[in-house]
Order: sequence, then C-alpha cells, then structure tokens
Amino acid sequence: MLKNLCQKMFGRSLWVYHANSGGCNGCDIEVLNVLTPYYDAERFGIKLVGSPRHADVMLCQGPAMRSTAKALQRAYEAMPAPKLVFAIGSCACGGGIWFDSYSVLGPVEKLIPVNYYIPGCPPRPEAIIYGVAVALDLVDKKTAPVQFKQTELPIPRYHPADLEGQGEMVVYKKIEPV
Amino acid sequence: MSLLSKLKEAVVCLKAGRVTLPYPAQTQPVPPRFRGRPIFDAAKCIGCAGCANNCPAREILVFDVCQEVRILKYLGRRCTYCGRCADVCPEKAITMSHEFENATNSIGDIQQKLDLFMSTCQRCGRCFKEPSPLEQLKLKGYRFDDLANERWIFRSKAYLTEEAAVDDVKIELD
Ligand code: SF4
Ligand code: SF4
Ligand code: SF4
Repeated sequence: MLKNLCQKMFGRSLWVYHANSGGCNGCDIEVLNVLTPYYDAERFGIKLVGSPRHADVMLCQGPAMRSTAKALQRAYEAMPAPKLVFAIGSCACGGGIWFDSYSVLGPVEKLIPVNYYIPGCPPRPEAIIYGVAVALDLVDKKTAPVQFKQTELPIPRYHPADLEGQGEMVVYKKIEPV
Repeated sequence: MSLLSKLKEAVVCLKAGRVTLPYPAQTQPVPPRFRGRPIFDAAKCIGCAGCANNCPAREILVFDVCQEVRILKYLGRRCTYCGRCADVCPEKAITMSHEFENATNSIGDIQQKLDLFMSTCQRCGRCFKEPSPLEQLKLKGYRFDDLANERWIFRSKAYLTEEAAVDDVKIELD
C-alpha cells in the first residue's frame, strides 16, 4: 500500500529535509555528496529543502538522542502527509557504536516511524542513491536475512561402531585420509 | 566585457562535458580496500565468540542453547563496518565484502544467524575470569545475550546447578 501511495504521490519528485539528531557529521557529508553534480540526485527530482513543512522525505542521521528527541519528533510532525523517513547510517538504523551511551536513546525508530534503512558508517553516496532508488521502485533490494543451521556435528567423533577391520588393521571409517 | 566573460564561462562548461555518474544504471568499482558488509562463513566458524567480544558496536550476539549448540547472530543494524571482527577471527571465517547496497525497508533483512555445534572442552571449560578462583570453578562459561531485544549481556553469570554434570563431584554453592 505504501508503495502504491509512493508512486502516486511522489511520481515526479521527492523534496528532502535533512535532519541530524546528533551524528558525527560523516553521514551529512555523504548526503551533501549525493547532491553534488557527480552523483546528481536531482536526476530523480530530489531537492534539498530547508524546512520540514516543505518536505516529503526526512533523511535522519545520527541516533535518537536525549537532547534532540523532542525537536526530531516536532520536525516529523511538521511534515505534511504522506511522509517517508529514511534512516541513514548505522547511528540512525541501530544507534551506532554509542547505542549504550547515557545520552543515546537508540535508533531513530524509537521516536519516529522509519520506512527505509541505509546502513553504513557512513554509507557510500551510491548506497544512499540505491536506497532512494529502492524507495522509488527503480531497483530491487538485494538483501535477505541469512540463516545457517548445521545438521551434523562437523567434527568426527570417535565411536566404536565406526571401527572396521581391513586386513590386519582396524580402521576408523570417519577420519579422512590426510 | 561582461558578455564576453559569460561566453567564456559557457565554453568552459561545454568543455567539461558530463561528469555525472549514471549510478543505478552504471556502477563504478569500489576502491580495493573498501570494507562493506561482513559476511560470515558458517563452515569455517568455530564459535569462539572472539568477534562478539571485540565488536565495538556489540553487534554480534551469542546465545548458548545448551552445551552443544551456540547461536551467533549478527544484527547488521549498528555495524560500522570497521573490520575488527574479521581481524580477530582466528579461522578467517569473516570476510569484509564489497557489498554496500544494503538499503532495505525492513531491518531484519541484513541480519545473519548461525546455529553452530560446539564440542565440549576436554579441560576445565571455565575459561572466564571471576573475582575468586572458587567462583571461577563454578562458572559454566555460557553466554546468554538477549536475542529478542538485541542486547548484549555484558557478563554472563550462569553457574552450575547443584546436580553437577559429573556425579561424584559435588560443588558447593552459596
Ligand atoms: S553512522 Fe557513522 S558516519 Fe554516520 S553519523 Fe553515525 S558515526 Fe557518523
Ligand atoms: S565490522 Fe566492526 S561493527 Fe561490524 S560486526 Fe564487525 S566488529 Fe562489529
Ligand atoms: S571470531 Fe570467527 S570463528 Fe570465532 S565466533 Fe567469530 S566468526 Fe566464528
């Protein structure tokens, strides 16, 4: 439903508001990099605006902090609906390496709903464009959860049942010859 | 005069040509020493939890289901791609890949979970530091990180039960 809504409403352009709630500035620089002529995000109609009231998309950098929590929530409420929130960087996605610090509340999704996550510290400008392209449905996302389950003990366990006679020798079957 | 300078500017702009990288259509290779998402090789991992103990973001959680099964869960969400886990891994089971296109709409997509079989250590099996040697003897060395809430439990305090695994050894608990 969100996807349909996106395509209908944002068909031509996304105006982004850039909110830093306490990151280290690394992600800000990468976001600005995206807006330079080399990466040229205006190809997708992306335009940086100075006020959340003009924006469709909020780019969040930095974790949810005790000191900026209220301001971030107010900026989110000021955005007209429909609105999208991108969490850029590992700080915004999961709290970063300061997730257990006294002033950090955790990921920004603790304060405002997040629609897309772009992990990285900082993410490459290409990764940010990729995230936007995923949101615009230009490309498919590449990640899927990985689960690995061993079904058999990988170390050969000595068991008398696996001993077998070969001529004059008794050989342990399961040991691989070196 | 000013018209001339404008014309000059136009010529400079035309000379420069196109600089924009048409990104999603055409990619540029990453620098050779770029560190992307760490990829776990479950076939090589011995479950030593060295990566979990050294991760600055406490990103890798370890949960011991029992003596034989250990769950290693990489969350991916607060990973800073520092490569420390790959450096400390004794079995080189973690490779820092060049993957950076990890954008997703559900954060669970970037996690990796490994269920590993562990062998019982043939020695004392209590290689964790405790205040006194007596307490150390009672420690099992299990790790119970909070998988549901994605939290790292700083210090595991799992002690042997009164009914010890070996019948003829009775360990006194306080
Ligand atoms: S994700 Fe990394 S680069 Fe971005 S704000 Fe956090 S610490 Fe800085
Ligand atoms: S790359 Fe760094 S932050 Fe990410 S899991 Fe490894 S040690 Fe942790
Ligand atoms: S350091 Fe390597 S071998 Fe040890 S648990 Fe981590 S991935 Fe497995």
